[in-house]
Amino acid sequence: MARAALLGRLNWTLGEVVELIDETPRVRSIVLDVPEWPGHLPGQHVDIRLTAADGYQAQRSYSIASAPENDRVMLTVEGLPDGEVSPYLVDELRPGDKLELRGPIGGYFAWDARLGGPLFLVAGGSGIVPLMSMLRHRAVTESSVPSRLLNSSRTRQDIIFREELEHLAARADGLDVFHTLTRRQPDGWDGYARRVDAQLLAETAWPPASMPLTYVCGPTSFVETVANALVLLGHEARRVKTERFGPTGG
Amino acid sequence: MGNAELRVDGNAVGGVLGEIFVHEMTSARVKCEGCSAIEPLGAEHVYMQAPGIVVRCCHCESVLLVITQRDGSYMIGFQQIAWLET
Repeated sequence: MARAALLGRLNWTLGEVVELIDETPRVRSIVLDVPEWPGHLPGQHVDIRLTAADGYQAQRSYSIASAPENDRVMLTVEGLPDGEVSPYLVDELRPGDKLELRGPIGGYFAWDARLGGPLFLVAGGSGIVPLMSMLRHRAVTESSVPSRLLNSSRTRQDIIFREELEHLAARADGLDVFHTLTRRQPDGWDGYARRVDAQLLAETAWPPASMPLTYVCGPTSFVETVANALVLLGHEARRVKTERFGPTGG
Repeated sequence: MGNAELRVDGNAVGGVLGEIFVHEMTSARVKCEGCSAIEPLGAEHVYMQAPGIVVRCCHCESVLLVITQRDGSYMIGFQQIAWLET
């Protein structure tokens, strides 16, 4: 990994909102123009800091959804009713607004095509966001690393990036996308229809003997269930990388 | 809500440690003095809801680091860390 490029302390900087995209009823993508953005690795995140008129500050981490090859930085944020930061980002933010951020952050939960595969990505809800950066990077660089995505959502309308994932899978370049819907399934649904469990993982993951690289992202309980099950199925714990969002993410 | 649900991981302290250290710290390897396990900091357990940030070993839950911030400066308590390698 390009370690030298990552050296240097992080500082807060301002990004300008250039576009807002509604992904699902509760999820919005924020496209930012960040001057002197040093570039990122797929899987990295940024910290966003909001400051109220009285000086009170709140900050949260948000994963980068865009590929590094894209000039602009896309964050995709799920609005949480009780959140301190996400309701502002999802409901109030307008093009032209400035956001205080620092990043890119991370290196452990990062993948680029040079790391190879086979790649197994497991997402719970908005846990798809950093994994989408990996898949977009994989597509832009025309990587043929054998890859599988297992994506768990509540309902069909809650599937983030649904159409884009269909397009990516249709490229027939070695990516398979599996969806499971845990709460409600539309008529004629041909995907999975239950929470991710060991059986579902056994059906969708690469065989442990192929030494896959696995990235799991989502709410803490989801991530721990998946990671523990993968290890019990024989996957090497060190090749199962996790990013826990906590109970909410705020 | 139990502690286990509030747990995040070392990725969450990448930002604050990135302000302090020049190296990317979630990839840094840490040896736990409690159980001798060696893991990347990104894989360790992190609890953000305390007054400070507490980093615990993902195997034995020994406290590795406590990070607090006051008046714009940081204090890092190094607890059960045998070594840290970036």
